[in-house]
Amino acid sequence: MALLQVRDLSVRFVRKQEPTVSAVDGVSFDVQAGRTVGLVGESGCGKSVTSLAIMGLLPGRGTEVSGSVRLDGDELLRLPRRELDRRRGRDMSMVFQDPLTSLNPVVPIGVQISEVMERHRGMSRRVARGEAAKLLERVGIPDPGRRLKEYSHQLSGGMRQRALIAMALACEPRVLVADEPTTALDVTIQAQILNLLRELVAETGTALIMITHDLGVVAGTCDEVNVLYAGRIVESAERHELFAGPRHPYTAGLMASVPRLDTPRGNRLAPISGSVEDNIPWEDGCAFSPRCSRALPRCSERTPEIEPIEAGRWLRCHNPIEEHARNTERPHD
Amino acid sequence: MLRYTVRRLGQLVIVAVVLSILLFGWLRALPGGPVSALLGERATEESRAQLVEQLGLNQPLHVQYWKFVQRAVTGDFGVSTGVQPGTPAMEVFLQRMPATLELSVLALLLAVVVGVPLGYFAGRRQGGWLDNLSITWSLIGVAVPVFFLAFLLKYVFAIELGALPASGRQEVSIDATHATGFYVLDGMLTGEWDAAWNAFLHLLLPAAALSTIPFAVIFRITRASVLDVLEEDFVRTARSKGLGARVIRGRHVLRNAMLPVVTTIGLQTGALLSGAVLTEQVFNITGIGQALSLGFQRQDYAVLQVVILATAMVYVLVNLVVDLTYAAIDPRLRER
Repeated sequence: MALLQVRDLSVRFVRKQEPTVSAVDGVSFDVQAGRTVGLVGESGCGKSVTSLAIMGLLPGRGTEVSGSVRLDGDELLRLPRRELDRRRGRDMSMVFQDPLTSLNPVVPIGVQISEVMERHRGMSRRVARGEAAKLLERVGIPDPGRRLKEYSHQLSGGMRQRALIAMALACEPRVLVADEPTTALDVTIQAQILNLLRELVAETGTALIMITHDLGVVAGTCDEVNVLYAGRIVESAERHELFAGPRHPYTAGLMASVPRLDTPRGNRLAPISGSVEDNIPWEDGCAFSPRCSRALPRCSERTPEIEPIEAGRWLRCHNPIEEHARNTERPHD
Repeated sequence: MLRYTVRRLGQLVIVAVVLSILLFGWLRALPGGPVSALLGERATEESRAQLVEQLGLNQPLHVQYWKFVQRAVTGDFGVSTGVQPGTPAMEVFLQRMPATLELSVLALLLAVVVGVPLGYFAGRRQGGWLDNLSITWSLIGVAVPVFFLAFLLKYVFAIELGALPASGRQEVSIDATHATGFYVLDGMLTGEWDAAWNAFLHLLLPAAALSTIPFAVIFRITRASVLDVLEEDFVRTARSKGLGARVIRGRHVLRNAMLPVVTTIGLQTGALLSGAVLTEQVFNITGIGQALSLGFQRQDYAVLQVVILATAMVYVLVNLVVDLTYAAIDPRLRER
């Protein structure tokens, strides 16, 4: 059985006097130890909400979470808060998107790292401080002894993200959730952080869930990819398979909207028109159909189910791109 | 940090000089004056002239002020003419200051000890019954005038129920040693626990009355601040680490939420000192609040000058301490 098993995960935000929003709907995927699984999609597709639901970090009031998240067979969603806190930070941990706001501004970095080890590994403050220095060194922060005493505002953006990663790794978690870990960083630092995460997965055998909107990040890190649209997985495949031939028009659209070096000069990018917020409901047909160039009449009548199309590959589409015709969807190829 | 402190202390000197000039002018612009207050309306012209001469009030204002400054730098603020005639004004202040300080510190302590936790829990459960109850209570606290509340407390707890003493600082029958003038502290230092306890009981009602406005403000600021901090990403990070509720509350939420509260506490010392004037009247406490109201009734320039100047200095100093505390909590401010 997979290390982390997400089944039929749904998150609904229920607000008084406002229509209920279904942010995540029936999401299922597995994560094996030592593998990196990507959750990809544009803003508002539910990828961050999925990761917060897995970590149990969604606000309690006004949020309905259903389905199942099993870590090593243990159901996390129905765990009492105390039990969950015994596992969060130890068996699973999270790296957040914005390292500046995700670090406490008035607590030294060292304390923020060692508190995890004091909590879960029963270390004394002194021992934990020593371990924290080793962790900082491992994530590539020079002069860790000095950095431990510093505060987040004294660190550069890249260092802050490294410190957050050190914090997440403090108890050698078996599952690491990285929610857009490089979005707030500049490009050279992005590459360093991604390399660091790749190395850590290879060294420790941690399962990594990589949440991103950036297909470049996916291509560089993920083994498997789940493409989300409006809260549902629309396509799921091994990374190579997916990049070799996207079958869902949305996946193809995402790829077409990424600039490439071999695109002839002067060619315009091909964005997908419209935005995901306009199309939340899946009740009457495919939520992507209003934006889809391949939409058929039945796309807006009957909601497509997610179905296996070959080993390790799933698709939710009435009119998928044919395998031989894959590349015709790319306007500039 | 040291340079910052020195600069702030320099500001203190400027505040003292400017305030003393304004104060000097204001007091002398008030109708009446110490001579009429001392001698009454039927005094003869001669005795009036004699006293005016004696107090130096016949000299030009700037000469008077200059003499005042010359004596003030040596610690001599003149002699009281109305509050305790014949006693040096500084002595009047020093004798009465402990009572007010004791009262204000206890009132502030009550306000913080009740206001901060209540603010935290009300913020945690926004819209819950505790939240609504505390908001109503704090609104009443601000809306009801201090003297009215003081009379109400006195009537209910001291007169009707007889549970607490109605006035004064200590039972007269207790023959307590007063080394510092802080009665509660005196009792504790000398081991006269009954005297300390008695003085403490005398403080309870006035402190409760005096604490309502600071409580309401501290509670509201804490609540709003906790609400803000709970939304912060770093609190989510703390939760993702599976930390215990106590560490999240103390280290991650309260420590950040306290920043605006600390500033507020400094500003509330002003409310405490002005509230003390009324509270001391109601509970007949011989503190500086009472000296102030007596001083105005009897136009006691010397006492009013020293009390108002010293109070202003205390206010500025407390706010300096507050700013230094702020820097101790928030590392981002330390590099100035």
